[in-house]
Amino acid sequence: MADTPASTSSGDFPPFRQRHLISIADLKQHEIIDLLDRAERMVPVSRQERKSLPTLSGKTQINLFFEPSTRTQSSFEIAGKRLGALVVNMSVKTSSVSKGETLVDTAATLNAMRPDVLVVRHGAAGAVELLSQKVGCSVINAGDGAHEHPTQALLDALTIRRHKGRISGLTVAICGDIANSRVARSNLLLLGALHVRTRVIAPRNLLPPGIEHLATEVFTDMEEGLKGVDVVMMLRLQHERASGKMIPSVREYYRFYGLDAEKLAFANPDAIVMHPGPMNRGVEIDPAIADGSRSVITDQVEMGVAVRMAVLDALLSGDQA
Amino acid sequence: MTKPLLIENARIVDPASGTDQRGTVLIENGRIADLALDGPVGVPDGAEVINANGLVLAPGLIDMRVFTGEPGWEYRETLASAGEAAAAGGVTSFVMMPDTMPAVDDGAVVDFLVRRAKATSKVNVLPAAGITKGLAGKDLTEFGLMREAGAVCLSDGRNSIQSTALLRTAMSYAANFDMTIVHHTVDTSLAGEGVMNDGLFATVLGLKGIAREAETIPLSRDLQLAALTGVRYHAAQISTQRSVELIREAKRWVVRDKLASETDPGTRITAGISINNLCLNENDIGRYRTYFKLGTPLRSEDDRRAVIEGLRLGVIDTIHSDHDPQDSEVKRQPFAEASTGAIGLETLLAAALRLVHSDEVPLLTVLKAMTSRPAEILGLEAGRIAKGAPADLILVDLDYPWQVSENELRSRSRNTSFENARLAGKVMRTIVGGETVFLHKD
Repeated sequence: MADTPASTSSGDFPPFRQRHLISIADLKQHEIIDLLDRAERMVPVSRQERKSLPTLSGKTQINLFFEPSTRTQSSFEIAGKRLGALVVNMSVKTSSVSKGETLVDTAATLNAMRPDVLVVRHGAAGAVELLSQKVGCSVINAGDGAHEHPTQALLDALTIRRHKGRISGLTVAICGDIANSRVARSNLLLLGALHVRTRVIAPRNLLPPGIEHLATEVFTDMEEGLKGVDVVMMLRLQHERASGKMIPSVREYYRFYGLDAEKLAFANPDAIVMHPGPMNRGVEIDPAIADGSRSVITDQVEMGVAVRMAVLDALLSGDQA
Repeated sequence: MTKPLLIENARIVDPASGTDQRGTVLIENGRIADLALDGPVGVPDGAEVINANGLVLAPGLIDMRVFTGEPGWEYRETLASAGEAAAAGGVTSFVMMPDTMPAVDDGAVVDFLVRRAKATSKVNVLPAAGITKGLAGKDLTEFGLMREAGAVCLSDGRNSIQSTALLRTAMSYAANFDMTIVHHTVDTSLAGEGVMNDGLFATVLGLKGIAREAETIPLSRDLQLAALTGVRYHAAQISTQRSVELIREAKRWVVRDKLASETDPGTRITAGISINNLCLNENDIGRYRTYFKLGTPLRSEDDRRAVIEGLRLGVIDTIHSDHDPQDSEVKRQPFAEASTGAIGLETLLAAALRLVHSDEVPLLTVLKAMTSRPAEILGLEAGRIAKGAPADLILVDLDYPWQVSENELRSRSRNTSFENARLAGKVMRTIVGGETVFLHKD
C-alpha cells in the first residue's frame, strides 16, 4: 500500500453526518467504510517526520476518563495533538466525581468550558450516551462498561483490511470473555455490518445470553472454532476478578482457551492474531504467539492513532453548525 | 355533616357482585346508603344530585403497592402529594410500603403514619408493616403491636428475605395473628449486579441481566413454606411465565386442602402484578431509559403475554401501580447506577384499561384486581358497591383520550414509565368516604 504523505484530510470526503460516535450500531455500512478510508489517509501522517495536520487547529478536545486507561487515552491525545487540537486530559481522580458530583453535573460543567469534542470512557454502559445528551459538543465513546468501544472495532477493521486486503468474506474468531467485553460487542456489530462471518469462542459462562443472534456461529471448543478462520481476536480476561468466580483457575483457562501454537494451527495458515491489549501473557495468550510473526498487535496500536485522528477529523470538520 | 349525594344514571360496575348495569347510588354519612339497579331510590331532602350521564361508577381502586417518601424523603413524595396523585388516578386506598426512613418496623411509626395520613392525605393510607427490623432480613418486628396500631399486612417492601429459616418463623408467627405476608421474591445472590431482564437485549446494551430464576426460585420456596405454615401469603409482584405456573399450582394445593374452592379462591395464596409488567416489556428500556429500570424488571413480550393470561384466568389476583417516586438526581444516572422505580398512581387505571380496550381482559376482571380482590386479601370493607359499604367510589369515562405528560402529574417526582403514552380512560370524579376529593376539569 502506497503511503504517500497526505496534504489534506477531510477535503476529499463528503461531510460526515454523525455528530457523536457512541455506538457502532448507529453507523451505516457506508459510514464505517468512510471512516476506514479516512483513517487509511491518516496512517502516513504519523509516519512523516512532521507528524501534524492543521485541521483541528483552534479546537478543544477533552479526554474525560472515569476509568484509567493508559493506551486509549494516549492514543486519543496523540491523535488530537497531531491534528492541532488543544487536548486536555481529565481523569477521575482529579475530577469532582469522587466528591459526589453526578455525571450530568460534570457534563454541564465541562460543557460550559465550550469544548469541541469530549472523549469519554466510563465504567457504566450507557454513561457516554447519557453525557452526550447533556452537552453541546461532539462526544466520542472511548468505552462504556460492557457496551461498546467503537474506535477499537474501527482500528481492528483497519488492521484486518491492511493485512488481508479486504474485510468482507473473511471469517473472524473472537475468543475469551465475550460476556464482559465491549470490544467483542463493537466488533461483532462492525464485522456483521461488513458481511464478515463471525465466530465467538468461550466457555459457556463467559458467553452472554442471546449471543447467537450477534455472532454467526458460537463455539465452546477452541480448536473447533478456530478451524479455517482468517483472523483470531483474543480478548483480555480480567483474571484477578474472574479467578474462582467465573473460571476455576488461570491454568485451566489457559489449557482450554489460551491461544498457543497448537490451537492456532487449526486456523488458516495465514491467519493473523490480534489483541486489544493490555495482554495477559500466559493467561489468554502464549507469549510466543503474542510476539510472534502472525501477531499484528503493535499494528493495531498504530492503527488506533490513525482511526482516532480520522474520527476526530470526521466529527469536527463536517458542517455541524 | 355533608349533605347526601345521589349519583343517578350511572353504569354501575361492581366486580364483587358481578354487576354491570345502569343504576343509582345514594351516599349518606360516608357510606353507600342505597343502591338501585332498576327502580328509583328515595331521595332525601337537600341531597346533591349528580347525573353520571352513563359514566362508569366503580368502587375506588385499592392499590396494593405504593412507596412514598414520608417520612425521610419528603422531597420525593409526601402522604399529601401521593394522596393528590391517588385521588386523580381513582385510587381511594393504597397500601404504603414500609420503605421509609425510619422504616415502618415499629408500632409507633405505624401510629404516626395513620395519624399523619388522616391529617394530610385525601385518600386512605393503609400501612404495611415491616417483617424484619429495618427491613434488613435479620430480626422479626412486633407483628401484633403493629397490627393493633393499624398495619394491614406485613411486608419488607423492596427487600426480599433471604433466610429460609427466618421466613418460616415469620410466616408461622404471622399466621398466629392471621396477618398476610406480602413478599417480593428476589434471590439476591442470583440477581447479583443485574439491572434488567437477562437476555439478548441486556447483552446488546452491555448490561448485567437478572435471570427469571432469581424470582421463581424464592417464589417456589415461599409457596412451600406458606403451605407448611398455613399463613396467608401474597406474592407481591411477579413477572414471569414460570411464576404464573407456580402460583397456579400452589392455588391447587389450597383447593385440595379444602381451604378454598373452585368458585371461591379464598385468600390463602394470592399474587399481585405491577401495571408496568402488564403493559411494558424490556424493549421499552430503549437506549438506557432509566424510568424503565424497575424493582421487578420488565421481562420479555412472552412473559408479558403470560402474565396477562394469568390475570385473565384469575391466577394473578391484584394489579397495583408499584408507585415509586424517585428524583432526577438518582434517575439521571447511567442505567446501572440509577435508582429503580417509576411512579404510577395517576396512570394505573388508564394503563390497565389498555387491556380492556384491546379485548385481552374483560372490564370486570381488570377492575376486580384493583377493587374487590385487594379488599378481600386485606380484609377491608371497601372495594365494592353495596349497601353499607364505605362510599369510596369513582366515576370513569372509559374512553376519554389523554396523553401522559410528566409535568402535569401530581406526584412530587416525575419518573413516570408512561411519559407521552396515549391512554384512553380517565377518572372524572373520585369520592372517598362520601367526599369528592377529585373532580376532573377539562
